[in-house]
Amino acid sequence: MMTSTVPTPSALGLAAVLLVLGLAGVLIRRNLLLVLVSIEIMLNAAGLAFVAAGARWHRADGQVMFLFILATAAAEVAVGLALVVQQSRRIGTLDVDAASELEG
Amino acid sequence: MPTFWVAAAVAVVATVMVLTRSQPVHALLYLVVSFLAVAVVLYTLGAPFVAALEVVVYAGAIVVLFLFVVMLLSLDATAHRERTSWPTYLGATILAAVILVELGVLVSREPIVAQAGAIGPREVGLALYGPYVLGVEIASVLLLSGAVGAFHVGRRDEQDAGAFYAESDQRVPGGREEPVLEPVSVDDTLPAAERPARDGRHAAGEEAE
Repeated sequence: MMTSTVPTPSALGLAAVLLVLGLAGVLIRRNLLLVLVSIEIMLNAAGLAFVAAGARWHRADGQVMFLFILATAAAEVAVGLALVVQQSRRIGTLDVDAASELEG
Repeated sequence: MPTFWVAAAVAVVATVMVLTRSQPVHALLYLVVSFLAVAVVLYTLGAPFVAALEVVVYAGAIVVLFLFVVMLLSLDATAHRERTSWPTYLGATILAAVILVELGVLVSREPIVAQAGAIGPREVGLALYGPYVLGVEIASVLLLSGAVGAFHVGRRDEQDAGAFYAESDQRVPGGREEPVLEPVSVDDTLPAAERPARDGRHAAGEEAE
């Protein structure tokens, strides 16, 4: 593995494109599960940006941040999927527009 | 350098495919391809450790968790009854094959041992258990709270967590209409000999409480 010859703006540009794609997914998708998937795409893109920045300064800090983002994403996916399961049980559908009434 | 651009293109195409698939399982499989492509990008950036972590944790645990939920909720219940036609396979196969070829090129071209430019596990480990050790502890607490929170949010009824937590699933057919918590009289907690006399109750306390 030679020294990273990838120019940093290119890597950050890729992270930006993936982030915007994830954001589009959150806005476009109607299935709650796939909205969560799009959030995961965004988190992945943010982690990629951190690693690109760490590679630019040739420090390990970018990878450390990626690890923390990974842990956060895992915990958030666990709770988010529990919420998806609860909506499926209580409302019956995973349509994001179905959960439109607040209780009480 | 060209490996970065190829992997970046595969990642973007796979992500667009994730956003446009109508069936959740197809979208999740394209998501795996996207994560693998991002792992190759991370490798070209000189971060082999997080490239491995991306595959193991993101593609290998988080996406699997999504697939478990899809299976649990039977979201694609009708899909498996149809024979999947080969055009459905074609896109993901092409993208995955590109990644495979790229990995072969990367692995065969240079020694796998990280050279001077790459920041390998050793440096990341020294940073994690050096200046970032507080973050490691906080991350572990976060994961614990995530696990406990997921259990709490996802519990269904008294089968999962005991009678005390039984709740009314009012919109689920066959669910209870009211909570099953019954008022407990203080008298029941007294020793049997001291309970006030009631109709039909023995003084020697046949109740468990």
